[in-house]
Amino acid sequence: MAVPASIKKISDTIWEIPTSYKEGMRVPARIYATEELLKAMDDGVFDQITNVATLPGLVKYAYCMPDAHWGYGFPIGGVAPVDTKTGVISPGGIGFDINCGMRLLLTNLTYDEVKPHLRQLVDRLFERVPAGVGGTGFVKISQEEFRHLVEQGARWCIDHGYGWPEDLERTEEEGCIGGADASKISTKSVERGYKQIGTLGSGNHYLEIQVARPENVFDAELAKGFGITIPNQVVIMFHCGSRGFGHQVATDYLQAFLKVMESKYHIKILDRELACAPFRSSDGQDYFAAMKCAINLSFANRQVILQRIREVFSHVFHRSPEDLGMHMVYDVAHNTAKLERYEIDGEMRELLIHRKGATRAFGPGMEGVPEVYKHMGQPVIIGGSMETGSYLLAGVKSGIETFFSTAHGSGRTMSRTKAKKLYQGKKLQEEMAQRGIYVRTVSYSGLAEEAGAAYKNVDQVIEATERAGISRRVVRFAPIGNVKG
Amino acid sequence: MPYKYLEDVAIADVAFEAWGATLEELFEAAADATVNLMVADLGTITSHEKRTIELEDDSLDLLLFNFLQELIFYKDAQKLLLRVREIRIERSDGSFKLRAEAHGEELNPAKHELGVDVKAVTLHRFQVQETPEGWQANVILDV
Repeated sequence: MAVPASIKKISDTIWEIPTSYKEGMRVPARIYATEELLKAMDDGVFDQITNVATLPGLVKYAYCMPDAHWGYGFPIGGVAPVDTKTGVISPGGIGFDINCGMRLLLTNLTYDEVKPHLRQLVDRLFERVPAGVGGTGFVKISQEEFRHLVEQGARWCIDHGYGWPEDLERTEEEGCIGGADASKISTKSVERGYKQIGTLGSGNHYLEIQVARPENVFDAELAKGFGITIPNQVVIMFHCGSRGFGHQVATDYLQAFLKVMESKYHIKILDRELACAPFRSSDGQDYFAAMKCAINLSFANRQVILQRIREVFSHVFHRSPEDLGMHMVYDVAHNTAKLERYEIDGEMRELLIHRKGATRAFGPGMEGVPEVYKHMGQPVIIGGSMETGSYLLAGVKSGIETFFSTAHGSGRTMSRTKAKKLYQGKKLQEEMAQRGIYVRTVSYSGLAEEAGAAYKNVDQVIEATERAGISRRVVRFAPIGNVKG
Repeated sequence: MPYKYLEDVAIADVAFEAWGATLEELFEAAADATVNLMVADLGTITSHEKRTIELEDDSLDLLLFNFLQELIFYKDAQKLLLRVREIRIERSDGSFKLRAEAHGEELNPAKHELGVDVKAVTLHRFQVQETPEGWQANVILDV
């Protein structure tokens, strides 16, 4: 591993690669990490974030979060703020899994109350929430209805009985981003996605039962505000995205942009995966409207899964989800591009913030933070590895440094291919069971790829975000049950 | 196996290298490498269904990109796991034409040992090149 020699230390947690590092860089790249995390980053991160820094319209810096690692086009953990007047929109800066994100759900149960039912809960969740390659969802609708759904997002779900109205208030964009236009999506994308509503997918997607141990509550007041009030309280966290539909939307426009980027817009890029179009062009606007359909589908997917989880807990405990206190904490995405307004050099400007493997973390009082959390800052949900733990954070005022962006997970340090060679899924499952984590998986090789040792230390990553002043720790959750795609 | 998965490239995704004496063999190998990520044993895929894939592109690498993308499309849209049975690639007037017959069956977790789902073919470091031995491709799949 080689950190570029020209990297400049700005502070203990901020590192800057100057524009002289690579021809064509329009802004410097800034990496938010401790020295230890920085040194452990793979070469792909430095190469990719400096490629990103060549995109037209970038404002201030191209950013990397502490969990950054080698992706395609953008590094995972990359943030690119782009001026909408002069800049571009890039599907590669969002990812194929558009609006992939995290949802956190409360219960009023303690670990001791859940423990005797843990196997039954996980087994039933495994049965009721389809996961893995080619999973078929439990929401049966026509292709025509699907086109309505992608314009309405999670609201469609509430209207059709999948959830509670309060869920919408606790979802980013209230579960429906405006401007989604189904006339901009291909038939192929609809065919790929309309049977997958209510599926987890595979890879690093999962559904987990977790415990908030008293010693892992870092900020009792914020924790209370987010609903973590009981010692050893059990919560459910899950991670999934826009499934085949979103993947196809991104693929469609990646190809479309490649065809026009140079000939029509004279944009040169260093990696075809960074294909882009001017944000204000018709091509750029078409993708933006199509991408929003995938954003909505992803909110809807997580909404129907949420309701399934409530049903499973209700079935196992013979109590209503209301009685079990199964309120949602929040739903936030980490593969997205959104319009936000910032003051730059004394002037208010509209920026398109690409966050790929990075989470929006709005500070207290900001528009876009749900009313119930307004004084506290936006909840940020961080999925760690299935063996170690996950976090609930809150956005902070000083987050403006990174355009209110923070980490999204612990970040991989080892390739899937290597992890599969080093670990055996079945053995890992047994070892985890001995440590009190009951796992069900569709794929044992998939499980091996997700071994905790293939990831960075999540505690170090989260500590780095707090030290850098881009989010603060609220609660760390320990896994006790996991459904793996 | 005319393909191998690479350990030290694109750690969140899966990179592979595939090769063949002819372009057709290369495409067939790359198709198997893609499907083999999702199903541990390609031998368990029986030929019940047939799909014809016809594509045309000015560039050879985008032809392969689109070809692999078709297999991913069928996996999601029709739950089909496909293997290439016959394939022909012709060059005419500066463009490449592909016609392939892919055979397979619907994915069945009871029969097929599942691996990881492939979301998309990425263009990061995507390459198709002629070598002294024939043809070679480098591909990174988003999983």
